[in-house]
Amino acid sequence: MIFEVLDWNQINAVAAYGGFPNRYPHWRFGMEYQEISKSYAYGLSKIYEMVINNDPSYAYLLHSNMEVDQKLVMAHVYGHSDFFKNNVYFAGTNRKMIDQMGNHRTRVVRLINKLGLDIVEPFIDTCLSLENLIDSRKVGFTPKTPQEREDLEENNEDEKLVKKLKSKDYMDKFVNPKAFLDQQQKKIDDDEKRHRNFPEHPERDVLLFLLEHAPLEKWEHDVLSIIRDEAYYFAPQAQTKIMNEGWAAYHHSQMMTTKILKDSEIIDYADHHAGTVAPQPGRLNPYKLGIELFRDIEDRWNKGKFGADYEACDDLKEKKHWDKKLGLGREKIFEVRKIYNDVTFLDAFLTEDFCHDQKMFMYGFNTMTRQYEIVDRDFRKVKSALLSRMTNQGQAIIEVVDGNSSNRGELTLKHMHDGVDLKLDWAEETLKNLQRIWKRPVHLETVMDEGKRLFSYDGKEFKNQSIS
Amino acid sequence: MFVKIDQDESRFKQIVRGKIRKELKKFMSQGELIGRQGKDLVSIPLPQIDIPHFVRDPRKGNGVGQGEGDVGTPIGGDGDQDGSGQGKAGSDPGEHYLEVEMNYEELAEIMAEELELPKIQPKGNSNLENAKPRYTGINTAGPESLRHFKRTYRQALKRQISSGTYDFEKPFIVPIREDKRYRVSHPVIQPQTRAVIIYMMDVSGSMGAEQKEIVRRESFWLDTWLRAQYKGLETRFIVHDAVAREVDRETFYRIRESGGTIISSAYKLCLQMIEEKYDPASWNIYPFHFSDGDNWSGSDTQECLKLIQEDLLTKCNAFFYGQVESEYGSGQFLRDLTDKFSADDRVITSKISSRDDIYKSIKEFLGKGK
Repeated sequence: MIFEVLDWNQINAVAAYGGFPNRYPHWRFGMEYQEISKSYAYGLSKIYEMVINNDPSYAYLLHSNMEVDQKLVMAHVYGHSDFFKNNVYFAGTNRKMIDQMGNHRTRVVRLINKLGLDIVEPFIDTCLSLENLIDSRKVGFTPKTPQEREDLEENNEDEKLVKKLKSKDYMDKFVNPKAFLDQQQKKIDDDEKRHRNFPEHPERDVLLFLLEHAPLEKWEHDVLSIIRDEAYYFAPQAQTKIMNEGWAAYHHSQMMTTKILKDSEIIDYADHHAGTVAPQPGRLNPYKLGIELFRDIEDRWNKGKFGADYEACDDLKEKKHWDKKLGLGREKIFEVRKIYNDVTFLDAFLTEDFCHDQKMFMYGFNTMTRQYEIVDRDFRKVKSALLSRMTNQGQAIIEVVDGNSSNRGELTLKHMHDGVDLKLDWAEETLKNLQRIWKRPVHLETVMDEGKRLFSYDGKEFKNQSIS
Repeated sequence: MFVKIDQDESRFKQIVRGKIRKELKKFMSQGELIGRQGKDLVSIPLPQIDIPHFVRDPRKGNGVGQGEGDVGTPIGGDGDQDGSGQGKAGSDPGEHYLEVEMNYEELAEIMAEELELPKIQPKGNSNLENAKPRYTGINTAGPESLRHFKRTYRQALKRQISSGTYDFEKPFIVPIREDKRYRVSHPVIQPQTRAVIIYMMDVSGSMGAEQKEIVRRESFWLDTWLRAQYKGLETRFIVHDAVAREVDRETFYRIRESGGTIISSAYKLCLQMIEEKYDPASWNIYPFHFSDGDNWSGSDTQECLKLIQEDLLTKCNAFFYGQVESEYGSGQFLRDLTDKFSADDRVITSKISSRDDIYKSIKEFLGKGK
C-alpha cells in the first residue's frame, strides 16, 4: 500500500478522475471536478480518502485531516485493499491499472494531436454512451481478447461429415444404415446452420461484438477498446459496493477501537464513524448495510444461528437466546468476503430479522403526488426489490441477437425486460450513438407499457413501432 | 503531484456556455447541490451534461431504503440515486456529507455567483447603515448567556475520557471552567432599507400540485435573494380565482380552489395593501404574480394592463409575472403582457415550463437588478 498526502484541491481533482491522476482528457472529468470542488467550497461535503485497486494499492489522504481521521481512513483503506486482493470478482482486474490508465492517456492524446479534439472527443462521447453494455457475468475473469477468442473458435471447428463406424465394406450398409446416416447428417447441417446465426449465441458483451464486427477505423477501434477496458476494470467495484464498504468499515472499527485509538481521540473517532455509517433519509447507505450484515453474519456463525435445526425451531424465545458457542464467525466472514458479490451476499445473508432491525423499506414513485414514497415493509417484497435493483448492477440487460438482420447487415439488440421499462428519451439517443458506430441501421427490441416495441434508427429517422 | 484538471474544466465550461459542441446542449440539465436552510433542504444550481445510456426508467420499479415512516411517507429526493449498488467502492472517494446550516447571506452569495446576479440599487434612504451582530465564532471566554452548550459538553467529555475520570457505568459529564465555549459575534454592516414582496397566485382549478411546487421553490429563492439585499423584508400573500384574498404563507402553497379566474381582483387587492401600509417613497415594493396564463375575459385583461401601467408601475420597483405552464392553461396572458410592455423594462416576465426552468426564471426576474 502506498499512501500519498494531497491538499484539498489535488484530492478533488484526483477524485474527479475516478482515483487516477493520469486519465485521458475529457470534459466529463471537468464536470465532476466542478461538482466536487463546489460542494467542498460551499462546505457541503468533503473527501477524506480514496483508494485504488492496483498492485501496490494506492491511497490518497487529505492533508488537512486531523490525526485521528488520518488513522481512521488508513485503517479503512487497508480494508478495501484486502478486499481488492482477495475477493474473487477482482481476480481478473488489471493490477497495473495506474500504468494502463497512463497508456490510455498517451494513446488518446496522440490521436487528439493527429486528428484534432473536435474529431476525437465526440467519438469518445459516443463510446461512453454505450459503456454499460458489457457482460457483467464475465467480471472476475479476464475478458478474452478478440485474438484469443478466434483461436478458441478455430479449435472447435466441427467435422462436417458423419463419422461412420468402422466395418468391412460388405457390412457397411448394415453397420451404418443409410437412414441413420442421413438423420445424423441433417443434425450436423442444422448445427452448422445454427453456427451461421450471427452471433452464434446472443452476445451480452455488446462492446466486444462492435470491436469485432463494426466497420471501425483503426483509431476508432482503439478508443472503443480503451472505453471497454476501463468499463471492465471498474465493474467489480460496482458489483461489490455494499460488501466492500462494509468490509472496510468493519475493519476500521475493529482496528481503531481495539488497537489504535488513544483515549483522547475516542470522541472525534466516534463522531466521524457515526457520520460514515449514518443512514441517509430514504437511501441505502452501503457502509451501514455492509457493516451491519458482516456483524450479523459473524454473530450468527459464532452462535450457530444457521442450518436446519435453527430454521426448524419455532420457539421464538429459544431462537433469540440460541447459542451453540461455535465461534465460527470470524472464519465465516473471511470466507464471505472471498467468494460473494453484493447480489449473492444479500441473497444468502439478508434475513427477515435483519430487515426488520434495520428498518428497511421499499419505495416507489407515486404518480399522483409526484414524489417517492414508502410502499411496503414486507420482508419478501423488500428483498426481492433490492435484489432486482442490484442484478446486473441495476443496469438493463441488453444482448446482441442479430448482427445481420433481414440479411442486410443491420444490427438488432434485445432488451431482457424485467418489469422496468427503459427511459425512452435516453434509449433513443443511445440508439443513435450505436448507429454511429455500426453505420448500418440498428434496432432495439424492448417492452414499453407491457407492449412489445421495436426502436429503429437508420441514420436519419427514429422509429418506435409496436411488434407482436 | 501534478494533476491536469484545468483543461478538462475549462472545456466543460465552454460546452456549458454553448461556445463549442453545440450538439450537447440537449443533454444539459440543471443538477443541484443540496444544502440546508433551517428545516428546509435547498438546492444550489449546478450545470450538468448527461451522457445518455440504455437505463431503466428511475420512475418505474421500486427502490429500497432504510429508516422510519409508515407506508405512504414521502422519502424526499428525486430518487434517481437509489443507493442500491451503483457507484464504485474503494476508488469511490470516502465522501462525507456535512450537515451545514447555511444562512441567507451565504445562500444568496452562492446564488449570485452561480446566476451572475447584479446587486440591487435600492430606493429609500440607503445612506443609513446598520451594524448587526452575527454569531460566527467560538471563544473560551464570554458571558454565560452565550455559552455553546454542545461544544462545551463535547469538550468536557473529551477531557473526562482522556483523563480517565469518565465512568462508563455512570456516564455523567460535568464541565469545568476550562471546558466552556462561548459564541463570539462579528458585526455585519447592512444598509437600512425596507422592502416588501407581494406574492400573488392564481389558484383556480387549472393550477395543479406541480405548478404550485414550482412557485414554492421559485419563491424560496426570490425570498433568499431579496432578504440578503434588504434588512427587514416583509412578505405578503394573495391568492385569487374569481375573487382575491390575503392568506398566510402555508395556506398560499396549499390552497386549491376551482372556478374562474379574474386576475384584476388580485392586482386591486395588491394596490390596496400598498395604499394601506407601504409608502412607495420609503419602501421597495416587489409584486410577483404567478399564473398559468388564463384570464376570464379580454376586458378583464385590458383592466389588468391598465392597473399595471397606471398604478403598479408608478408605485413598485418593477412588476414581475411568472407563467407556469399547465396542461389546461392557454398562456394568453403572457402574450398580452409582452405585446403591451415589450418596450418597458420594468415589466419582467418569465415562462416556467418545468422545474428545470426555475433557475433560468430567477435569473430573468432578478438579472436586471431592479
